[in-house]
Parts: sequence; C-alpha cells; structure tokens
Amino acid sequence: MFGSETVHSGRGEEILEVLQLLVSGLANGCVYGLIALGFVLIYKATEAVNFAQGDFMMLGAFVTLGLTNAEYLDLPFWIAAPLAITIMAVLGYLLDFFILRHLFGQSQTAVVILTIALGFVLRFVAGLIWGHEPQTLESPLALGDVQLGGVVLGMADVAVIVVTFLLTWSLYQFFQRTKLGLAMQAASQNQMAAYFMGIPVRWVQGLIWGLAGATAAVAGILFASKGAIDPNAGLLGIKAFAAAVIGGFGSLPGALAGGLIVGVIEPFAARYLAAGYSQIAPYALLLAVLVFRPHGLFSQVRVKKV
Amino acid sequence: MSLLEIKNATLKFGGVVAVNDLSFSVEEGEVYAIVGPNGAGKSTVFNLISRFYEPFAGQFTFDGQNLLDRAPDEVADLGIARTFQNIELFEHATVLQNLLVGRHRHRKSTLIEELFFAPRVRAEEHRHREAVEEVIDFLDLQPYRNKMIAGLPYGVRKVVELGRALASGPRLLLLDEPASGLSVEETQDMRWWIDDIRKQMGITVLMVEHDMGLVSGVSDRVLALADGAKLAEGTPAEVQSNPAVIEAYLGAGAV
Amino acid sequence: MRIHFKTTYEQDIRLFPDLWTACVYGALILLAFALPYLINEFYIGEVTNVLIWAIAGLGLMLLTGQTGQASLGHAAFLAIGCYTNTILIEQGLPFIVAFPLAGIITGVVGAIIAIPALRLHGIYLAIATIALSILADDIIVLLEPWTGGVSGKFPEMITVFGLEIERWTMPTRFYYLVLVVTIICTLFYRNLLRSPLGRAFAAVRDSEVSATAMGVHIARTKATAFGLSCMITGWAGALMGYYAGTFNNETFSIVISITLLMMIVIGGLGSIHGAFFGAVVVAFLPQGLSILKDGLIGGGVAIPGLETGVFGMILILFILFEPMGIYGRWLKIRIWFELFPFARKDMFRRQKSYLKTERLR
Ligand SMILES: Nc1ncnc2c1ncn2[C@@H]1O[C@H](COP(=O)(O)OP(=O)(O)O)[C@@H](O)[C@H]1O
Ligand SMILES: [Mg+2]
Repeated sequence: MFGSETVHSGRGEEILEVLQLLVSGLANGCVYGLIALGFVLIYKATEAVNFAQGDFMMLGAFVTLGLTNAEYLDLPFWIAAPLAITIMAVLGYLLDFFILRHLFGQSQTAVVILTIALGFVLRFVAGLIWGHEPQTLESPLALGDVQLGGVVLGMADVAVIVVTFLLTWSLYQFFQRTKLGLAMQAASQNQMAAYFMGIPVRWVQGLIWGLAGATAAVAGILFASKGAIDPNAGLLGIKAFAAAVIGGFGSLPGALAGGLIVGVIEPFAARYLAAGYSQIAPYALLLAVLVFRPHGLFSQVRVKKV
Repeated sequence: MSLLEIKNATLKFGGVVAVNDLSFSVEEGEVYAIVGPNGAGKSTVFNLISRFYEPFAGQFTFDGQNLLDRAPDEVADLGIARTFQNIELFEHATVLQNLLVGRHRHRKSTLIEELFFAPRVRAEEHRHREAVEEVIDFLDLQPYRNKMIAGLPYGVRKVVELGRALASGPRLLLLDEPASGLSVEETQDMRWWIDDIRKQMGITVLMVEHDMGLVSGVSDRVLALADGAKLAEGTPAEVQSNPAVIEAYLGAGAV
Repeated sequence: MRIHFKTTYEQDIRLFPDLWTACVYGALILLAFALPYLINEFYIGEVTNVLIWAIAGLGLMLLTGQTGQASLGHAAFLAIGCYTNTILIEQGLPFIVAFPLAGIITGVVGAIIAIPALRLHGIYLAIATIALSILADDIIVLLEPWTGGVSGKFPEMITVFGLEIERWTMPTRFYYLVLVVTIICTLFYRNLLRSPLGRAFAAVRDSEVSATAMGVHIARTKATAFGLSCMITGWAGALMGYYAGTFNNETFSIVISITLLMMIVIGGLGSIHGAFFGAVVVAFLPQGLSILKDGLIGGGVAIPGLETGVFGMILILFILFEPMGIYGRWLKIRIWFELFPFARKDMFRRQKSYLKTERLR
C-alpha cells in the first residue's frame, strides 16, 4: 500500500505522498473510466446498460494473458494485445447479434438483468478456462518505475494514464468527426428517425457493442499490467458504474472524469478516513450525486411532451 | 361565473413562446373547441390546466377556485379529466383496469383497509365497477372489457382513453384531438358521444381538434389559436370565415 | 375449457374468480398443511427454504412486477428485517410483536429511502440500489454494537404463546410458522392487486403523466410501493435469519440481491405465481446441480461459480425465449390443454412494441 512506508513526516514527504496517492488513484481511475466508457458507449447507442462490462474487461485481460503468457500460447505481447482487442470486439458484436438484438422492445429491467446474468456466465467460463488463482500478465508495460523529481511512479501506472487519455480522445474525435461516428450518434439519439434516414440502426448498434468490447479489452490489458487478475476482477465494474453515473451516463469525457474522481477518492479515503468509512466513500458520493442530480452531473433527460 | 377562466396566460420554452398572453373562458355546459395549426400551443394550454407546466404569468380559475394552488394530481379531484394527443393508456393492464384507474379520485379506503380487503373496500369496488360499467355501455366497449391495451387497435384505444376520463365523473372534460387518426365512421361515433356527454351527462367539454367538420358539428364556440395567441373567437361559422384565421391556416400550409 | 359466465361484479372482485379455482387453491393449502406428514424432515427444511425465498420474491415482485422499478438492493432490506427482528427480541419483545414490527420498520425505512430514489428511473434506480446493497455490508460492520459486526448474531429461539419453535430441532413447527407468514403475505399481495392502490401501481408503471391526470400522486404511490415491498422483504429477512441460524454482514450480500431479482424474472414478472416458481428454482438449483455433477464427474470436485453461472444461463434463455418466465410458460401449457385441440401457435405470438426511451419522462 502507498503511504504505509512514509513514517517520518516532513512537509516535502507529505507532498510526495499526496502526489503518489494521486498518481495511483488516477491510474486506477483510468481503468474505471475505460469501463465506464464502455457503459456510456452502449447506453448512448442502445439505451441498454451492459452490467457485464466489468466482466468484459476481465475476459479481455484473460484472453491477452492466454495469448501471451509463457505457460499458454507464448505469443509476443505486441501481437497478443491487438489480437485480444480484436477478439473482444468480435465477441461484443456477436453478443449483440445473438442476444441483445432479440430483446428489442423488452423492458430495461430485462436488459439489466440479462447483462448481469451474462457477467455470471462469463465469470464461470473464465474460471473454467483459466482457473481461479490470481495470475499476472507478462506485459512489457509492467516493468520498472519512473523517477520524476523524487516521485517514484510505476511504469504501468504511467502507461495506463497515457493510453486511457489517448483512447478517450480518439473515441471522442471518432464520434465528432467521422461519418460512421456521426451515424452512431444519430442512431443513439433517435432510433426511429435514424432508421428512416437510412442509417442501418441494428448494424450500427452491433458495431457499438464491438467497440465496447474492444475498449474493455484495452482496459483489461492495462488492469492486468498493474496487478494480478482472477475471474472475479470484473466486479470492480460496480465502481465503474459509480463513475459512469457521476459522469452522467451521457458523455465520453464525462465517463472518464467520473472514473478519475472515483479512482482518486479511493486512495485518499483509505489514507485519511477511519478504516470502516473508506470503502464507503465512492458509493456515498454516488448516492449523493443521484440524490442531487438524479441523472448524473451532465444530465440528458428531458421531460416528455404530451 | 364561467366554469373555467384563463386570464393572460403566458408560457415560454426557451425562446419559443408557446402560449402568449392568452385569455378565454369556458361556460358550464358548453362544448368549446380550440383550433389552430400544429405548434400553435393547443396542447400546452391543456398541460397548463392539468398543472403539468407552471405558467410564467396568468390566472387559472376553475369554478371559482385558483387552479394554480393545486398540485397536478389534485386537479382531478376538482373534477377535471382529460385525454392525451398521443394516447397515454396503461399498456399492460386491461380495459377494465384502465377505466377503474379513472375512479382513483373517488378512492376513500386506506392502505390498511386495502391490505385486508375490508368490507368498505369491497363495497367501494362495487360502486366503482358500476360507474365503469355505465361508461362501458355508453361507449360500447363490452367486447374489450378484459382485453389488454397492448393488443388493441388505435381506434379502440382512443375510445378507452375517453372512457377512462369519463369514468372519473368529471365536470370538465379536456379532449386533445379526440378524432385524430380515426376513420370516418369512428369520427362520426365520436361526434355523437361528445354530443351525448354534454347533453345527457351535462359535462362541459373543452377540446382541441383539427377536423373542422367535427368542430362545427359539436361545438358552441371556437377559439382559433396561432403562435400561442388568440386569433379569433366565436361560433364555428364566425371563426371559419374570419380572414385572419384563413390567412393563418393558408399561411401555415395546414388543413 | 372453463367459461366464465359473469353474473355479478363480485366475480371479478372476490379472491377467486370461480369455485373451481377456489377448490384448487384450497387443496393446495391443505396439501401444504399436510406436508409434514407426507415427507421427511430434511425435505420439510427444503420446502421451508422455498417458502422463505417466495416471501422475499413477493416483496420484490410488488416493486418490480407491479410498479416497474427494478431494485438490485433488496438484500439490504432482508438484512434490516433480520437484524431488527433479532434486536427487538433481544430487547425483550415477544416474537409475536417483534416479528410484525420488524417488517413494518423495514417498510418505513424503505419508504424513507425511496423518497430520494423516487426521482430515479430505470438504470439509475438499479445503480442506486446496488450502491445501497454494497453500503449495507459496511454499515452493518460500522454498527457493530448493535449488529455484532463481522462476528454476527444468533437469533434466539422463537416462542409464540409458550410454544417453542426452532429451525433445526423442530423443523416442522418452523415450517408451519413460515407457511402462515407466506399465506398472509400472499393474501396482502392479492388484496392489493384487486384494490385501488394496486391499480395505481400499474398506472404509475405504465404512464406517469396520465396517472397524475387521474389523480394518482406519483411520489406517494411509489414510496408506498417501496415501503410495502420492503415490509414483506423484511419479514423474509427475519425468517432467513432463523433459517440460517446465524448471520453477519456478509449474509445478505449483493449476490442475494441479484439472485432475488433474477428469481422473479425467471418465475415470471408481475405474477404471484412467479415468485413461487422462481423460489423453487433458486432453492433447488444447487441440489440439482450437485447431483448432476456427482453423476457426471464424480463427487468432491468443486467448480466455483457453477451455480451462479448456470443460473445466469437459465435466466438468459428465459429472457430470450420466454420473457414471461415460468408462469408465462405454465399459462400457455394450461391454455393449450384447455383449448385442445384448437390451440394455434400464433395465439401466443409476442406483442411487438417499440423501445420506450428513458431520456423522456
Ligand atoms: N415540453 C416542451 N418543451 C419544449 N417545447 C415545448 C414543450 N411542449 C411544447 N413545446 C413547444 O411549444 C409549442 C406549442 O406546442 P403544442 O402545444 O404541443 O402545439 P399544438 O398546438 O400542436 O398542440 C411548440 O413549438 C412546441 O415545440
Ligand atoms: Mg397538440
């Protein structure tokens, strides 16, 4: 744990400690943010919420691990990673094709429960294939530390932060600038109208699920570079939910911001709050946001016209 | 004293002035129609009366009582019932249950009584049911009594919505485009019903309608609305021959 | 085929529509009371478990099936019911007072919690309730002086008018207690469905604007639904505490919340039957799987996540192929037999409806 080594308290040391807490929080927050990004992508396009997004991340991590670790396929990491991302993208698309698409017209509750059940199934399957022992990904990102003016930063943390920002930025650009991105936005904002405008709504929704799968794979690779994973790793998706809600479920940068907020709160709460209270912090914040801004900080909900 | 009196009502949505300094009043026992092109603010007037929207300015009086003192769910208690332009029924319930919800304002039983289904609840259920059966007979809904709304054709849904409003035993009935989407025969039925509602049941009707045939057939007075403001008011014939109204309709390209 | 010739409105208002139905359910209740004479104590324990889950299912069904609000946090209310009951009895209240009170307190707490949650729809409510379920665990630990924290509590033996009831040593008596609570809760549920409040629940679920225009107070109705749901859930929680014999902060975890929600979906959302059907699946799936596993790959091999994994798969299959759950399938089979040989496949065709956007309210 951070913080436990710094016994002597000087002013400089305190600042260093705060910085280290901040960086590790940001790195965790990026993983939450990436999962939250997946939620938001799917929510925007289909109004479904993929409660299995955390388990997608877990699966992405395990697929990469299975491709690259010595005891499995032993492929070079730089081949395994893109391959895993592709596999997860295809998986996301197929999931939509075979399951989600057939829920069209059913209640949101059905979709929520279905994706939760999907998470159970994915956890079970991952356990069958890769076992329940925690494993570490043999990732070049995981090596060494970076020394930055006295602050020791894990290489993995830095990589996570950089990759996350790049990915969010490119997704954002994709939706703002490319034709396909705009079509996806249109499909999300008004399914019926988009359909009449000739946008193949279902196909676009499938692509979004694929994109969410790929994003989850990236999150998984980064997460597994930072530490061990096991089939239950996907449960941290719950924190990513908190992140997505805080961000408002409506915007990609919002999701990332929400993730960072949750990520940063955690180490600081653990450091400065009494033991029992620190785990509560992210959820307390979540509830506070829901109470005061029922639709997140960047609300999209309007009143229905009658 | 008029039954419903609206004075200087104004409501804006962002830059759009949906209702602009509008005044009119509806007398007890008459059928009063509001006409106007799409987006004129007709439904918004209804939503103001239903208290769904808070007006920027204006007075709303129903039977001498200030409507603005009431919460949206208290409007029904005054005896105001309504239908919606885009049918708002309870999809996963039967026609009978939908109509019974119309009786909600007459609910007297408490939660505890209902949990134990006390004799009073049973007695009230009988009374509600009798009231609803009258409506069912009136609107010829017998074949649909135990059918789910989700499977009903559009025309029947429109009638069920009218029935639900009638079941509440209102003094004022607000009908938002009761004939839109109906066939010629269905529109004809609607016309007779509206006539009977006024003549037999003595209910005052305020309606929004595009079908000028229906409007001139049933209404005593007509208000023409454009851009949220009053264009003309009078008998159907007067309003139809009003140059400003003709101009607005032709200009807006409607009808 | 039974044809209802309706002669009085009473037929739609009374508990059972016709004599036949009344007889069927009467026989079912008789059977339930005779059960201890028919099967051994081990199975009585299992049936007790089914009934407790069914009560919890009825609680959540009232909220999700009737008012359309999905809660992923109902384990928190199981916990409140369980702890409240135990603490009240420790304070010296007799069971016959403490137990009903525990449910009522849970209901009041639920209604209070519901007030801010009322403004939340769909997924936001689901997420808020998840957070609630997670927080419950931590809060139980923080309230250690009352709850016993991680070391937990053991409920005292139940005494009702001098009669001692205990789950392990007297499973039959405990079974009768649970059976009576089940019948009461089912009656409450059924009574609500046939009275104005039950219709207001459906109205709120299907169209808030028109419910308002009919004079239904949305917030009050939703809070009432939440409170009633939590009351029944609280009773189930208290019984679960007795059934387990001991409980701590981890007993009523989020997994229980999720299982409960999945259970009522598998059983059939919106119906009383659904709660019972779902409870049977939840209670017997573990046994069924372990028998199957022993037969296939031999005993002693533990497969972590097997139960939840299979449960998840069953749920996915149901949502895809039978969204009305077991109850929906049961209805179809019954109608098929009643109409035999005139049933047509397209009689059961699903009604298509379009996605209702959540962004407009
Ligand atoms: N809830 C709302 N939010 C924003 N604008 C609205 C809302 N309701 C109505 N409007 C606007 O107010 C104007 C009047 O609408 P409406 O009353 O529905 O017209 P109509 O006469 O066709 O019933 C329209 O320009 C419409 O876009
Ligand atoms: Mg309109």
